[in-house]
Parts: sequence; structure tokens; C-alpha cells
Amino acid sequence: MVLAVPDWPGHLAGQHVDVRLTAEDGYQAQRSYSIASPPDDNERLVLTVERLDDGEVSPYLVDELRPGDRLEFRGPIGGYFVWDASMGGPLFLVAGGSGICPLMAMIRHRAASANTVPTRLLYSSRSLADVIYRDELDRQVAMDGGLHVVHTLTRAQPEGWNGHSRRIDAEMLEEVGWAPAERPLAFVCGPTPLVEAVARTLVDLGHEARRVKTERFGPTGG
Amino acid sequence: MSFVTRGFRGRRRDEELGARLPPGQYLVNDFPVLSAGPTPRTPLSQWSLSITGEVDQPKRWSWEEFRALPTETVTRDIHCVTKWSKLDTVWEGVSVDTLLAGVETAAGYVTAFSDGGYTTNLPLEDVTGGKAWVAFAYDSQPLEPEHGGPARLLVPHLYFWKSAKWVRGLRLMAADAPGFWETYGYHMYGDPWREQRYSGD
Repeated sequence: MVLAVPDWPGHLAGQHVDVRLTAEDGYQAQRSYSIASPPDDNERLVLTVERLDDGEVSPYLVDELRPGDRLEFRGPIGGYFVWDASMGGPLFLVAGGSGICPLMAMIRHRAASANTVPTRLLYSSRSLADVIYRDELDRQVAMDGGLHVVHTLTRAQPEGWNGHSRRIDAEMLEEVGWAPAERPLAFVCGPTPLVEAVARTLVDLGHEARRVKTERFGPTGG
Repeated sequence: MSFVTRGFRGRRRDEELGARLPPGQYLVNDFPVLSAGPTPRTPLSQWSLSITGEVDQPKRWSWEEFRALPTETVTRDIHCVTKWSKLDTVWEGVSVDTLLAGVETAAGYVTAFSDGGYTTNLPLEDVTGGKAWVAFAYDSQPLEPEHGGPARLLVPHLYFWKSAKWVRGLRLMAADAPGFWETYGYHMYGDPWREQRYSGD
């Protein structure tokens, strides 16, 4: 979903907006959506919306909203789960499903600002078809030696898949991530069980709790 | 309301339920988890709860001492700033009135502080007079770590980020000072019925 926002004050990679829908009789519904576009692109704002069949707002945004419609929203919101170039790295990004969205803003910001902070993304999806931004990530990795992307497919793998095919565990975090001595800045976003398990494991592996930032994503995560 | 979203109708709820939902909130039946970092896991043997700051005599309880205090069971609706509300949640905890009994203070505010470094600020009058608890059980079970266990503050009349998870004490303050989310633009008070989500609301 691409929004033209002429007077956008700017945002940080990782922030979100609150979208508010108002029916003719004044009934309102609000939800939060992560900003997927980087702060470097100030004229248009990209939100990635996952359509939930039993949702109230996402089916409207995906099925009903058309180019030219006006949308009421508020933001940017949130200032903790953010990364900008001044914060350095190395970066360890861990995503589950649509939890990739705020992390994608960080990857795009890093690319757009020609930042060279070494970055590793570990991205868990159910199947290859569920991987959001797959082509863009492939292109980015091909152009940028400082970006390393590892997928794990937890439910279905295509024939000949030689990548990971299990849920993220301690062994995978050690193999893909940075050693605690490198003092990476970790951003973990996804459904609660993944976020809880990954954050806990990173701390158990010796990472500083204060350098592990978490955000919940999905139908009940905000 | 001047702005209308073309083609949006929304899901109507029955009026009785709607009356219990503050503006902009929707109902959930599960119990979502939100936190900014890893869940702290402090062993009960190292846990304590303190009243500090602008007091003549600071107070401190070990887990055993805290659990020996009189408890209350309360049923309340809770409202998260990320828009979900949950009705009729059942908690067991120690009233903050019990913790502050006998404490002499001129403070007007408290900062709740937690394992992991989380803080949040509240007016003292919003945690006294039967309005706040340090809860250790949810739905008759020990409070799970991801929901703030072993104990969290419970201030159900304000947005739920004020109900600090993993709470370890209350610092009594002469002046109001922003806590963790409040420094990132969230509202200093956070009344869901006035929809005070962000600073300026």
C-alpha cells in the first residue's frame, strides 16, 4: 500500500503508523501498521498489510481501498524499535512471517544511505511462497557483500531446498548470528512465540538483553 | 466526524459490549503479549519489591514476605494502547494501598520500575484508593513471565503499558517524570476513555 504524504515529517526505520477508518455514521476502527519504506524516501510511505480473513481493517485495506482514496492515519509512532545509521552495528535481524516489515525498512534505509554496517537477516516463513520481499532481498544480497540473508521454511520446502527447514533455534541463531563478543544490535519481530523464544535464546547465548529489541507482529501483536 | 473513509462500514458490535470499549479499541479473547526486549527471568530467591524515593522509611519485601501480605481478587477490563481490549480479566494481587500503608510522603507521583530497566510514571492518586495492585496471579494461575510474572503492576483504568510487567518497586516522586514509553511519545497519563495514547492527546 503506497501512500502519498506531502507533509510527512519523516520517520525512523522501524516505526509504525495508526490507520483510522471512519464509516459514514461515525463508527471507527483503528490498527497499527509498520512502515516498510525507508526514511530516505520522504514523499511516499509504504505500508505492508497482511490480509486477515477475520479482520476488520485489513480486508478493507486490501480489497476495498483504491488508488485516489484518502486515508486518515497518524504517525510516526514508536521510537525504541528503530535503527538508523548512527546506531551502528553489526546488525542481527530476526523475522517471523510479516514481522519482516519493520526490518525491511532498516534494510532499505541501510541500502539507501549507502551504509556498510554488516547485517545478517534470519527470516522464518512457512513456505517459499510466504516469503515477503523475496526478490528484493535476493537483489540486495547480490549487490551488497555486507548483507547476508538466511531463510528457514518451517512448513513446506520446494524440491531441492537445501536451506533450513525448522523453527529458529539456538543452533541456528549461533550459526547465522554474530558472536556475543561482536556486540550486535539485534532486532526481533514476529509472532509472540518466535519473539519470546529468540530473545530468550539470544540472552542465554550471552547477548546483552539491552541490545536485543523486540516487536510483536501479526493479528494480535498490535 | 468530518473525515469519512470511502466504502468502510466496519463490524458493529452489540451496544452492551460497545459501551465497555473505549474509543478506538477492539475486543480480543486471547491475551496478546507486548514488550520491548527479552523477558527477564529473576529467580524468586533474588526477587524483592521496594518502596523508595520521597519516603521517610523505604520499604522492602522478599517474595515470601510479599506473598504473606493480604491479597485481593479483582475482575477488570484491560485496554492496551495497541488497540486491543480484554474484558473481565481476573487477577490476584496485593493492593498498592497495602504496600503504602504507614508510608509518610509528600510525593504526588510514582515511577514503577521493573527488571530489565522498564519504567512508567503515574500520579500517586491513580495507584491508591483501591485502583492498583501488584498482581502475581492471572486466571487463578501464577502469572507467566511473558505476561509480567512473577509480579506486575495492575492499574486497569489506564492503558496497559502503565501496568508495568516484572515490577520491582515504586519510586515516590515529588514531580512527574516520563518513564520508558512516555519518553518515546506516549501519553504521560494514558486514560483510555479520553483516548490519551500519545503526547498531545
